[in-house]
Amino acid sequence: MTIPTNYFLALSGVLFILGVLGVLIRRNSIVILMSIELMLNSANLAFIAFARAFEAHTGQVLVFFVIAVGAAEVAIGLSMIVSIYRSRGNIDIDQISQLKG
Amino acid sequence: MNGAATRDLFALAPLIIAFPIMGLVINLFIGRRLSERWVGTIASAAVGLSFVTALLQFAALQNTPDGIRVMVADWISIGTLNISWALKIDSLSVAMSLMVAGVSTLIHIYAIGYMHEDVRLQGDPGRFTRFFIYFNLFVAAMMILITADNYLMMFVGWEGVGLCSYLLIGFWYEKGKDGIGNAIAGKKAFITNRIGDFGFLIAMFLIFWTFGSLQFDEVFQSAEGAGTTVLTLITLFLLLGVTGKSAQIPLFVWLPDAMAGPTPVSALIHAATMVTAGIYLIVRSSVLFALAPATSNLVALIGAVTALLAASIAVAQFDIKRVLAYSTISQLGFMVAAVGLGAYVAGIFHLIAHAFFKALLFLSSGSVIQGVERGLHDSGQTNHETFDPQDMRNMGGLRSRMKITFWVYLIGGLALAGIPPLAGFFSKDEILADASENSTLIYILLTLAAILTAFYIGRQIFMVFFGEPKSEAAAHAKENPPIMTVPLLALAVLAAFGGILNLPTLQSLSKWLQLTLEQVQHTEFNVLVALLSFVFALAGLAVAWRVYGSQRDAADPMRRFLGPLFDLWENKYRVDEFYDWLFIKRYKALAFTLAEIVDWRFLHDWVHDTLLARTFQRSTRWLAEGFDLQVIDGAANNLARLIQGIASRLRTLQTGYVRNYALSIFFGLLILMSYILIQFSS
Amino acid sequence: MTTADLNVALPFIIVAAWACILLVIDLFIPADRKGLTALLAVAGMGFASIPVLLRFEESNRAFNGMIVQDGFSSFLQLLLLGVGVISVALAYDYLQRRKIVKGEYYTLLLFSVSGMVLMAQAGDLIIVFLALELLSVPLYVLSGFAAKSNPESEEAAMKYFLLGAFASGFIVYGIALVYGATGTTEIEAIHNVLISGVSNLGLLTVGAVLILVGLGFKVAVVPFHMWTPDVYDGAPSSVTALMSVGAKAGGFAALLRLFLAGFPEIAANLAPILVGVAALTLIWGNIAAIAQQNIKRMMAYSSISHAGYIFMMLPAIVDSDIAPDAISAALFYLFVYAVSNLGAWGVILALERADGGGLSIDDYAGLGERNPGLALAMALFMLSLIGVPPTAGFIGKFFLFRVVLDANMIGLALVGVITSLISAYYYLRVVVVMYMRSGDPQVRSERWLNATLWLTALGTFLLGIFPGPLLNLASRTGLFGLVP
Repeated sequence: MTIPTNYFLALSGVLFILGVLGVLIRRNSIVILMSIELMLNSANLAFIAFARAFEAHTGQVLVFFVIAVGAAEVAIGLSMIVSIYRSRGNIDIDQISQLKG
Repeated sequence: MNGAATRDLFALAPLIIAFPIMGLVINLFIGRRLSERWVGTIASAAVGLSFVTALLQFAALQNTPDGIRVMVADWISIGTLNISWALKIDSLSVAMSLMVAGVSTLIHIYAIGYMHEDVRLQGDPGRFTRFFIYFNLFVAAMMILITADNYLMMFVGWEGVGLCSYLLIGFWYEKGKDGIGNAIAGKKAFITNRIGDFGFLIAMFLIFWTFGSLQFDEVFQSAEGAGTTVLTLITLFLLLGVTGKSAQIPLFVWLPDAMAGPTPVSALIHAATMVTAGIYLIVRSSVLFALAPATSNLVALIGAVTALLAASIAVAQFDIKRVLAYSTISQLGFMVAAVGLGAYVAGIFHLIAHAFFKALLFLSSGSVIQGVERGLHDSGQTNHETFDPQDMRNMGGLRSRMKITFWVYLIGGLALAGIPPLAGFFSKDEILADASENSTLIYILLTLAAILTAFYIGRQIFMVFFGEPKSEAAAHAKENPPIMTVPLLALAVLAAFGGILNLPTLQSLSKWLQLTLEQVQHTEFNVLVALLSFVFALAGLAVAWRVYGSQRDAADPMRRFLGPLFDLWENKYRVDEFYDWLFIKRYKALAFTLAEIVDWRFLHDWVHDTLLARTFQRSTRWLAEGFDLQVIDGAANNLARLIQGIASRLRTLQTGYVRNYALSIFFGLLILMSYILIQFSS
Repeated sequence: MTTADLNVALPFIIVAAWACILLVIDLFIPADRKGLTALLAVAGMGFASIPVLLRFEESNRAFNGMIVQDGFSSFLQLLLLGVGVISVALAYDYLQRRKIVKGEYYTLLLFSVSGMVLMAQAGDLIIVFLALELLSVPLYVLSGFAAKSNPESEEAAMKYFLLGAFASGFIVYGIALVYGATGTTEIEAIHNVLISGVSNLGLLTVGAVLILVGLGFKVAVVPFHMWTPDVYDGAPSSVTALMSVGAKAGGFAALLRLFLAGFPEIAANLAPILVGVAALTLIWGNIAAIAQQNIKRMMAYSSISHAGYIFMMLPAIVDSDIAPDAISAALFYLFVYAVSNLGAWGVILALERADGGGLSIDDYAGLGERNPGLALAMALFMLSLIGVPPTAGFIGKFFLFRVVLDANMIGLALVGVITSLISAYYYLRVVVVMYMRSGDPQVRSERWLNATLWLTALGTFLLGIFPGPLLNLASRTGLFGLVP
């Protein structure tokens, strides 16, 4: 028995929305970063589900690109968070709001 | 002259623009190292050469009356749109450029003297060079506007002259009310003009949309085929541009404030040349306006109402340049009314005549102001900060102290009032004759304006030049050096004899412009209208005399009628002066009671001042301050305040919180998604 | 993969490879001679422009259509490489002044430029995504380049990164949905599927909208623009200059190609929304700029408003008759905007002090007297950004508005004209302060900076008077091979 594609898509949609809400709601920079990762990975899930439905490789290859780019983003993000933690002592995103107006 | 020679002359046409640019480039790069005299000479020579070039074009046109298109370079060429840097040399543009270059040359020469004094008196000699750079830039931009072969190039000139005007109004930017008054005046001019430019821009897009071209010839050739609606729209937006640049209702507010600039600027830009660009635009587009009668009627009405309104405001002003500023608006109203009635030649004729006598009046007023300022300096008084050298109530009696200035002022004033045989009489009369044939309403409005014109200019002349000096500064005023007075004399000759251009029955200007304009109507000289306008002008002057000229020593207009007999009477008045001296010295109280209280206080002051003058002044002041400042300025200021209010409201939205920004992105996404949802469900 | 494929992608390969090599070479360049690194970076971008120039109008496809080359890509690549070179010239002295000299600056800049260059050639959604990340990630780092001494730089980097990554999330998910609806990610193939009848138009539309949101973030249109003022303000000014032109040009390259060659039919469905976004961007950007006292923030809102002007072309390309004009108008405008904007940033850099001060508009008081040349240049840039003739900005706006009118979007044209009138208010304030108030501005004069200012001022002026050659170039885009 195979699982219908729509199930995967529904899961991927839910994950994406969870990711978006995480960015909007959470104040911890690391959790925000994780939520963004969730958004990327929900896209990966969709890619793979479609690739399976089309029985084509393209979608699967794309996932590797996305994972690689996601890793690069995480590397940059974490180093920024470390730097901010060193200079400010916390990583609350709402504390980083000197620039405004 | 053979054809080849004519072609060679036409090939010189770009020099009309190139010479002023060369002048400004030279002064820009080495002006700092040159003496004032050299800077001024280079700038004046550049404009003078431009004038000579225009004269050569005039000569060349005698052979090729249809005019010619002189290509300079390709500008924009993409798809269906082809726009070149090309000059349109025809009788209209040559007539305009002759006037502009000629008047500019004289004003440049005058400015050498004036700016020398001005930068000395205002304490910043370094600005002398900058002034002439701006001035040459202005002439170049004006020439681009005039010789343009398409609407886009005309717009370049249009914006260019606006920019120069803005820079020159704010020339003494640190002066004026609260130290920023002049800068604010400059900004006001620029913003008001942008509204007009918006109209021009929209009109230009509509033209391109309708005709697929911006070149004058191509647009006019296919004009008949376009619908009346679109032509009305185009001309209405053009009219908006005109009201901005030529200071007509509702956009006239900037011109009086623009008097913050140095006087040569007021004379050149805000009286003789730039402000007439709107009239030139209408005449250039006469083909379009002729096909849109609704707009033409509106143009005529706006012009006539502006003429009357501005003339009545001018009556209540005390600043010598402000009177002239409102007078300029009023005279521009005459021209606009004329072109609105389809009397294009009359409009251009009055434009040229007005350039002569109004430039003359402005330059003479500059001469007066500087005479008074020098007088203030020489009289040893120290109230430089509070004393206003432009207030006519501080003047009086300058007739004898500044003889040349007075005479040229008188010629300019009488030309403005419309006294024959001066230039203003013929040109204004032609407009009135046209109006009397076409529209009684316009005719009545313009005639009323003409009466007021004679009155306020008479009032100004009597207040400034007649009577006793009303301040120490005026008592010590001195005539200016020849570099300033010679251009005045030249302009005075032009203002006096400018009417020759288009004398009745000879109609030389009509015939000349007919080469370019198709819809030239021949207006027969109307003796009744001419006589009436002359009588009205005299009446206006007489009333002014009665109200403002009754100081004992002010008898000059009488000299014109009585000749030698008047001189004799004048000697008798010397006796009277002796008596005056005697009585005032010895029987001061009695004389005071008799002369002042009983006679003057009661009869003159009460009847004239309270009943007539004050009511009149109050109503005109209401127009000047209430209407002008509150209604129109209020609208502009409130708009600016509203936009600034929105801007600061938007600032508070920018909270600095990342999550708010993310929410804004998400919010945008939600709107897009809900739009898709609605679209797919329907 | 053949040599021909590599040949087509040569501009990108040169810049990216050169960036990698420079990263190594830089290790051997002593800290006090980092000018050499800058020079080498410029040389790299110079090399990359050679293949672009040689095959300017050729139309090529490589890697099964993932990389395409046409007049459009060549024009943009030339522009972007020029922007890269100017950014190096602007940065050289500035980095020394702010004491943040590091060779990595130029390497990161090269990587970012390589992303932009790749974006111009992207023929596949996945390349669009890769190029976008390659363009953005170095910019995140560059924004925080002054973080050691300046907490604002750190904040800017963090904000830019988090929001940028958030936007990438939308793009990736959008690509996934488009892939699901059409079975391909190649832009032209998507169009083929679309015209032969796509089974799930809703999925495709949602995907397109998600991509639009992500790219809208990159080019900073309302309401995806909120990051712009903060990031432009906090990032080192030399980085902001690059961001305001390069990132925007890259974003528009993707937007235009995608919506014209990929799914114009969907763009037609979305037209009212696109018009709304353009109008809102114009209004918001131009009005919010009025309230700014800091020139970097003012320029940030100015860049938002200019994004709005270019964005007006997006609903216009729906009509295939107008599309060629719309593309060339957008390209031309991007070019003149880049020239005038980089010039203005050059002046801002010249006035910025070592301690990060000198950025308030009031600090420009007296520039007209102290340094007439610089003030004249700034006035020219401001006039060009307003769109006053005969500057380049006027010609650019003229063409944009003409296209908008051709497309019968009269309301949008009105909004455009009125907002550009409003924009005169804040641009002229700078001119007024420079010329009409006295003060004592401290001006930095340096060879590379001055050369940049001369070049951009000359460009702004000459492109206003003789726009012909550049317009010709911009109109020979080949329309991504859609037109033979």
